[in-house]
Amino acid sequence: MKFSVALAQISPTLGNLERNLEKCERIIEQAIRDRIDLLIFPELTLTGYFIKDIVASVAISRESAILQKLIEYSKRVSIVIGAVEETPDFKFYNAAFYLEGGEIVHIHRKVYLPTYGLFDEHRYLAPGNQIRAFDTKFGRMAILICEDLWHPTAVAITALDGIHYLIGVSCSPGRGIEASDRLGSSITWERLNRTYAQIYSIYVLYCNRTGFEDGINFWGGSEIISPSGEQVIKAMYIQEDFIHTTLSDRAIRRERITTPLIRDEQLHLTIQELERIYRERFEG
Amino acid sequence: MNVLKVNTDLTRRILVEFIRNEVERVGFSNVVLGLSGGIDSAVSAFLAAEALSPEHVWAILMPYKSSSPQSIADAQEVVKATGIHSTFIEITPMIDAYFERYPDASRLRRGNKMARERMTILYDHSSLYHALVLGTSNKTELLLGYGTIFGDMASSVNPIGDLYKTQIRQLAEALGVPKQIILKKPSADLWSGQTDEDELGFTYEDVDTILYYMVDRRYDRQELIELGFKDTFVDRIHSMVVSSQYKRRLPVIAKVSYRTIDRDFRYARDWET
Repeated sequence: MKFSVALAQISPTLGNLERNLEKCERIIEQAIRDRIDLLIFPELTLTGYFIKDIVASVAISRESAILQKLIEYSKRVSIVIGAVEETPDFKFYNAAFYLEGGEIVHIHRKVYLPTYGLFDEHRYLAPGNQIRAFDTKFGRMAILICEDLWHPTAVAITALDGIHYLIGVSCSPGRGIEASDRLGSSITWERLNRTYAQIYSIYVLYCNRTGFEDGINFWGGSEIISPSGEQVIKAMYIQEDFIHTTLSDRAIRRERITTPLIRDEQLHLTIQELERIYRERFEG
Repeated sequence: MNVLKVNTDLTRRILVEFIRNEVERVGFSNVVLGLSGGIDSAVSAFLAAEALSPEHVWAILMPYKSSSPQSIADAQEVVKATGIHSTFIEITPMIDAYFERYPDASRLRRGNKMARERMTILYDHSSLYHALVLGTSNKTELLLGYGTIFGDMASSVNPIGDLYKTQIRQLAEALGVPKQIILKKPSADLWSGQTDEDELGFTYEDVDTILYYMVDRRYDRQELIELGFKDTFVDRIHSMVVSSQYKRRLPVIAKVSYRTIDRDFRYARDWET
């Protein structure tokens, strides 16, 4: 199954839903004209990252007009977009929506909310409690949000759940200027993306944001990595960009013939040992 | 390995984008900065000229009568090299008029008063030129508290506050800051022959290295001593950082309501911009 995918590496305005929606709509309409099949926006697309006490005023529910509008667009292009989701019991999640064919196909709620260093997410947001793959027109996928991807266990769950495409969205702050060529934070991310793609024979579709909030830069550098761990496309660092390519599962097939790591996973053994570890180290 | 080595191309790009972004997002296109002839304000000026183009950058030279003529010449050299606007406002009349009341005032009081006089001139010109005040304090002096609160530490946007002095030297080279400015001994230029390193009692190389391990890498006292720093040096730097913490924060507010600014009223400065 061949399809075209685009990464919209944008810089949202902090706490301004209307302006961000307008920006997304312009990109969505252009993507439709360019016959893009799947359009991916970064984490917290509609709100910006350091939302702190803004959270409640920029949250959207499943019924919100903004989401309905995006769902309507998804009849013409499948969309991954980040927002604060408000649930009927008034919880607020850092969420990414997969919209396709006029429906919400999947919502991933960020599980790992970093609350250390410059991060403060758990103070303002509720953590998600599920990691699930889902089927799309283009194959089986999963979405993970930023810090989720720094937990290899989260990625392992999606791989064992049968994905071909891992969508990673982030607001990764740039830091570390000691290295010779790239930011310290981008080096780590690029290493992770290549490693996950290769060891699970999947495509990693990584969309990071750009721009500044309170002096903190988001470094961009969005990319798609092939199942053999090679870079397929790469966006600019530091500035807004829009990149696209065509993907198909044939490369995944070839890689899994050559190196059938996923076939050889021993899920039962893994569960058995994880249960033992849980009993021995985490229970009472 | 020199732990303070920086990728100057990348750093320059981030700082240039930072200035452009933080200035334009609040509807401004100009900055104003105090140009002393030293390396920090020279680097800020070069970065601003690159970010906003030289016609959007106003440098103000504000010497006191005891300022070294070389400082003024060096500042003028930066103006020439960057093509930015410049204004010359000598602060001697204002400072001397004030200290007529206090002829015995210490060097510290005089130095602080001069720094704050310059700050009021910069903020007045920020209104005149519809410009943000660009900061020129580096990470070393901010961490040590080697600056005047509400004086030279005051600004709207500071591109170089996360770079140690020795890192600023590398950036200055990459930006093409005139050589004599990079090579001369850093000085607050409050009296003839004053240098930072004499006054502080240690070199920037040494203090930047210990600050890097202490602050950036979170080495504790014992680990710093094991790296080879003298215990008295470790303790002195630690106490300078702690005792100047107030200079790096907004004034402390007595909490009486349910929602107090910066305590439980928490918004980014870049809120809705």
